[in-house]
Amino acid sequence: MPKVTIDGHEIEVPKGTTILQAARMIGQHVAPPAMCYYSKLKTSGGYCRTCIVKVTKGSAQNPNPMPKPVASCRTEVMDGMEVVNFTSPDVLEARKGVVEFLLINHPLDCPVCDQAGECHLQDLGYEHGASKTRYDFERREFEKIDIGDKIQLHMTRCILCYRCVKTADQVTDGRVHGVLNRGDVAEISTYIQNSIDNDFSGNVIDVCPVGALTDKTFRFKSRVWFTKPVDAHRNCTNEKCSGNVRLWYKGEDVLRVTARKDQWGEVEEWICNSCRFDHKKTSDWVIDGPTQVDRHSVIGQNHYELQKLKLDTGKQLKQLQEKK
Amino acid sequence: MQSLTNRSKVVVKKEMTFTEKMYLPAILNGMRITFSHMFKKSATIKYPEHVRPRSSVYRGQHVLKRDEAGAERCTACGLCAVACPAEAITMVAAERKKGEENLYREEKYAAVYEINMLRCIFCGLCEEACPKEAIFLTDRIVDTEYERNDFVYGKDKLVEPVEKDKRIDVSVRQNEKTLEFKTHSEYGHNQVWDPNKSLKKKSGH
Repeated sequence: MPKVTIDGHEIEVPKGTTILQAARMIGQHVAPPAMCYYSKLKTSGGYCRTCIVKVTKGSAQNPNPMPKPVASCRTEVMDGMEVVNFTSPDVLEARKGVVEFLLINHPLDCPVCDQAGECHLQDLGYEHGASKTRYDFERREFEKIDIGDKIQLHMTRCILCYRCVKTADQVTDGRVHGVLNRGDVAEISTYIQNSIDNDFSGNVIDVCPVGALTDKTFRFKSRVWFTKPVDAHRNCTNEKCSGNVRLWYKGEDVLRVTARKDQWGEVEEWICNSCRFDHKKTSDWVIDGPTQVDRHSVIGQNHYELQKLKLDTGKQLKQLQEKK
Repeated sequence: MQSLTNRSKVVVKKEMTFTEKMYLPAILNGMRITFSHMFKKSATIKYPEHVRPRSSVYRGQHVLKRDEAGAERCTACGLCAVACPAEAITMVAAERKKGEENLYREEKYAAVYEINMLRCIFCGLCEEACPKEAIFLTDRIVDTEYERNDFVYGKDKLVEPVEKDKRIDVSVRQNEKTLEFKTHSEYGHNQVWDPNKSLKKKSGH
């Protein structure tokens, strides 16, 4: 079993584990952020580059450092490997650049977007990005296409992580959408205005790290930080559906139903469209209890203190290095 | 016991002198002071005919601004409501329909926007939180009402009139930095809305 050291924490992991997975085994304080990698989806990862880390020692046999930062979601650990993530100012600087690239064509319409408050790109931008854009060309725009009455597509917000495509491939019966075109005109779309509609298509809403795919039945109903999440379950007739969901209440009303998400922002179990869109009454559900919300999340308090600390340690380290 | 602070005065009941016993000089002195005030400038003013000058950054009744083209700036993002320490602000968002582009600046707008002026503590945090430069406090004073419900101000009272000459000027509330920032065209909320500009699509390679 290879041993790997990440940010000074040593851990023994099974062969074939990636650096990102090993870091997640250690804990949240060393795990690099990920926008496209999704542990529940096979072959995901490798597109966004937010999870880049620096390998300072390749392995016990070959102690040379890797020449460039590597994508931790696609790099397997070797025995004796040493990795730095948050403790390296270089990695934080490089990640800042990646965030800037992700935001180049992003419309920054967070006040309008329904994902605001639970958006991974927003968190990433806050923790690792610059406060000002240097880009003053016109941003990418697309013709709006309607992909059905349940899911809302905002192509301008998409960061092309391919998570929804892989979800449609691996979770639903047949994929009807995909990424058309290439380069900066690549877009999530369906051919001939096909609407995305099968039993598990709603899961693309949950896997989308940004506000590109959102729940149309929840559209502009409320901002997420005004809603109260509650865990609930029901005996779903669909055998593939777990029936374990999260209800988002505003007062007495269930405004939306989502899958339960773990500490990495990934869904724990897939749920079917019937649970997600058609059962929006408290009487449909057995309530398990209020969701444990991180006090420092936007849903919890609209504060960011914890995450900010992470960035400050990087800054301090850089200052220390410059002094030396 | 001896006092620690030495600030207390010991009251001694001493015998009054002859002039003090007469009372008249003291009464006349009091009358003189009273009459002299009749010839001094009065400290009060006749509100509301006369209004005392206020600071330009006085925090009074709120205004919901429109942009240059007359469209409402507020997109119901809810940041003012979450910033409000008194929980005085509520809103309901709605989606802009086709043909309403001249009424609302963005895709989403506040269909209902209410501020409870009895709850409001006029701290100005909503103004600070607003990412769209939509809400500002002004130097106007909230009117008196007979009913508590009348203090819940809706959009009818908060949104400024469309007519250019009836707009409420808030430029004095913005410092030089803000005004300079407003000239940056790369920020969407600074751009003037253009009805002729349509969504265009780049052709594929």
